[in-house]
Amino acid sequence: MRCGMNDITKMTALELSAAIRQKKISVTEAVNAYLDNIEKLNPELNCYITVCRDEALSRAAEVQSGIDSGRICGRLAGVPIAIKDNICTKGIKTTCASKMLENFVAPYNATVIDRINAEGMIILGKLNMDEFAMGSTGETSYFGSVKNPVNPERSAGGSSSGAAAAVAAELAPIALGSDTGGSVRQPASYCGVTGLKPTYSAVSRYGLIAYASSLDQIGIIGKNSADCAALFDVISGADERDMTCSKEFAFDYNSVRAENLSGKRIGIANEFLNVGLSPAVKQNLLDSAKRFETLGASIDYFDLPELKYAVPAYYVIACAEASSNLARYDGVRFGHRSEAAKTLDEMFVFSRSEGLGDEVRRRIMLGSFVLSQGYYDAYYKKAVTAKQLITKAFEKAFERYDFILSPVTPDTAPVLGESLGNPLKMYLSDIYTVTANLAGIPAVSLPCGYDGNGMPVGIQLMAKRFGEAELLSAATAFGKEADL
Amino acid sequence: MSFETVIGLEVHVELLSETKVFCTCKSEFGGKPNTRICEICTGMPGTLPRLNEKVVEFAVKTGLATDCEITKITRFDRKNYFYPDLPKAYQISQLYLPICRNGHIEIKTENGKKIIGIHEIHIEEDAGKLIHTESGTLIDCNRCGVPLLEIVTEPDFSGADEVIAFLEALRSTLTYLGVSDCKMQEGSMRADVNLSVRSAGSRELGTRTEMKNLNSFHDIADAVKSEAARQIALIKSGEAVIQQTRRWDADKRESYAMRSKEAANDYRYFPEPDIPPIDISESFINRINSALPELPAAKKQRYMNELGLSGYDASVLTNDIYIVSFFEAALKDCNSPKEVANWVLGEVLRLLKDSGTDSKSNPLKPEALVKIIEMVQSGKINRNTGKTVLEKAFYDGVDVERYISENGLSLITDSDVIESSVEAVIAGNEKSVTDYKRGKTAALGYLVGQTMKALGGRADANEIQKLLRELLN
Repeated sequence: MRCGMNDITKMTALELSAAIRQKKISVTEAVNAYLDNIEKLNPELNCYITVCRDEALSRAAEVQSGIDSGRICGRLAGVPIAIKDNICTKGIKTTCASKMLENFVAPYNATVIDRINAEGMIILGKLNMDEFAMGSTGETSYFGSVKNPVNPERSAGGSSSGAAAAVAAELAPIALGSDTGGSVRQPASYCGVTGLKPTYSAVSRYGLIAYASSLDQIGIIGKNSADCAALFDVISGADERDMTCSKEFAFDYNSVRAENLSGKRIGIANEFLNVGLSPAVKQNLLDSAKRFETLGASIDYFDLPELKYAVPAYYVIACAEASSNLARYDGVRFGHRSEAAKTLDEMFVFSRSEGLGDEVRRRIMLGSFVLSQGYYDAYYKKAVTAKQLITKAFEKAFERYDFILSPVTPDTAPVLGESLGNPLKMYLSDIYTVTANLAGIPAVSLPCGYDGNGMPVGIQLMAKRFGEAELLSAATAFGKEADL
Repeated sequence: MSFETVIGLEVHVELLSETKVFCTCKSEFGGKPNTRICEICTGMPGTLPRLNEKVVEFAVKTGLATDCEITKITRFDRKNYFYPDLPKAYQISQLYLPICRNGHIEIKTENGKKIIGIHEIHIEEDAGKLIHTESGTLIDCNRCGVPLLEIVTEPDFSGADEVIAFLEALRSTLTYLGVSDCKMQEGSMRADVNLSVRSAGSRELGTRTEMKNLNSFHDIADAVKSEAARQIALIKSGEAVIQQTRRWDADKRESYAMRSKEAANDYRYFPEPDIPPIDISESFINRINSALPELPAAKKQRYMNELGLSGYDASVLTNDIYIVSFFEAALKDCNSPKEVANWVLGEVLRLLKDSGTDSKSNPLKPEALVKIIEMVQSGKINRNTGKTVLEKAFYDGVDVERYISENGLSLITDSDVIESSVEAVIAGNEKSVTDYKRGKTAALGYLVGQTMKALGGRADANEIQKLLRELLN
């Protein structure tokens, strides 16, 4: 029995690959189903910056013959995928949603791209995002905001706005994003899909255009936790091109299963409930805690006073690193070069002023400030100390708990146009997500309900470093329970 | 009021690792512009550095050879500044935890021995090269990411002679270790001079300047003298020395101010997040330590003890790794080390100097020298013939034995031939014979020379002299 186009895009990535293996669907049919959806919906939602129609179709035929001949036998073989536009793809533009890199084509693939290609996945295109991954609403993109598929008046979140919206709107079965302070989990939560931020150093960053090197991780946005686990199995693991990538870690995919959580202890920090949480988010958190209890887990509350350092520490470190990482966009070798410049200094200043947006320039200035002589000790060094304190606090908590449960954001997706005027408020809303980046631990954002406006609400589950297998098992169990 | 000069050095040396410090591009000097580059050394977005372990090994080697402490957990830092030859707009360097610290090198000048402290040695990457043309400025990134060591001394020097002695000692150490070829002309060794003056005996340091663009020892010596004189003159005239970076103009033999430190960049150093801290294990250090070659100072002492060479001769032999390698290769096949030393110090160095050949490109094979020494010692040729043949071997690469036999240069051993020649000379030089008999011993030398000439230089001068004496007395 053949499947209809609608059925194809309803499937999870694992269902789709099974159907392809069983010859119920051809790879080309799968790709076409998504290309059709993109054609129909992308003009409205603005998820994609670049759609690789021709490449995807010719690659689909190639992968199909690879599958037929047995040469390609990846678990996700034949599954289309969309890529956040800060992950380098050889021969395809990688813009970082910036005027600066509007026409940048990398002559190399990110390590994750090589791995999804080897798996037999097909790239549909490059996804919209906040410029250089700086922003929480998708609105800093040079290519315009992404609209939330649940309500186009609202933001899809950010910075992986296109990734979350594309998966939610069935413009891609699964997507790669990046998460520096919540950029995978927060948009996933706003759009009602699942987002995984892996342990720092579990996935190679080679080819991910850096925002804040010590916090950046490539993450996954999928329809459910099982899909995320399958793709995580593809992209994670040692890579000699990234010295910060763990040599030891190997994900045990086969141990991921939705099982009874009896004996598992879940901690909730008291502080999580005190920070300007909207009633709907709070209610969903408490409901989710109950659902975990139904699954057999025990819930306990603990103190996490270090939480108050998280947002300031995050913004100091992230901006400091960004100010250095983004210094290479100087108009010299690639990217935008100002035509108005007459001197060398003007070339640097004009090119950067014209090529980079407000939020990016704000963070570069903040970062330059906290690293400058006389301020380094007062800001950067203190932030690093705070990061260590937070890491230790989480390590200590994980001696008592298998998982920590928290909201993803204090509120649901904001109405577009309401956030950029108040960057400080926007920064503060990152409080629940930045902690996982500072502590380097894995975290998933799981859809758990809706608020009064019908906007999705998510919860965040965190585990200890390299605890992805346990984390994704619990998340899968939670998802299955939610379906009931 | 008398003044004293206080000098510290920042020496950059390029390392001889085959590949660059953070990628696998060749690090060799030269090459057509932008042919030794990749996405990493050109700072393309998304790329990450991968530390070349050889560079760490070279740095540890250098640290151990200069009695430094090796930092057990060393780290890299970013030095941020905008310049078109710096692709990432930051240089990966080491500020907070340099790989080596607190070492020293002993130098010797006319005033005796002195210990020069080494504050630190750190690893960093080189930048590219700007090529200015009429139509604009071009960038050659071949040098981007070439590994450098920066060796920072304490302000322990009081004059140009000490600075030069230090740089010579450092150069021989580094070339012995094989970590750098230390060529100032090619820029593989560069020294910036930090200099201040103060009234003699004062403990406080004066305001210093930093001198750049010094491309030879000669430049350095002149720049030190010129800058000390400039600062003293300023102070004497009641003006203040301004802290600034100055550039040496090798044509005018003077320096000019490049920029004031006040206006200088704030480099916004911070720990490089793309390279985890490097754990340098005890066993790694031990392995390198036990494989260190004999260093110049030790070798010099050994030559003085074992070969009875003077301190000066031993220095000349050991300062230059290529000379010492030649010497030691020759020693292997020859049991007259003193003789080999004399030939190397005399003839070989003269040939290199006369032909303007640098010691690295010495065309002479050690075996050729050994063969000549053996033939002189066994009386097959005399010393002068030996020198002539050495020249032929040096310039034309002739085979020593074949050249001697083909050109009939071996000594005449037939005593009748020599005797008849001596008799002929006595008969033909009456005046000299008379002079000699009257006690003018110098005349004997003339007669020896005449006989040698008659024999085409192919006889033993001692034997001729002996015969002449016998026949004249």
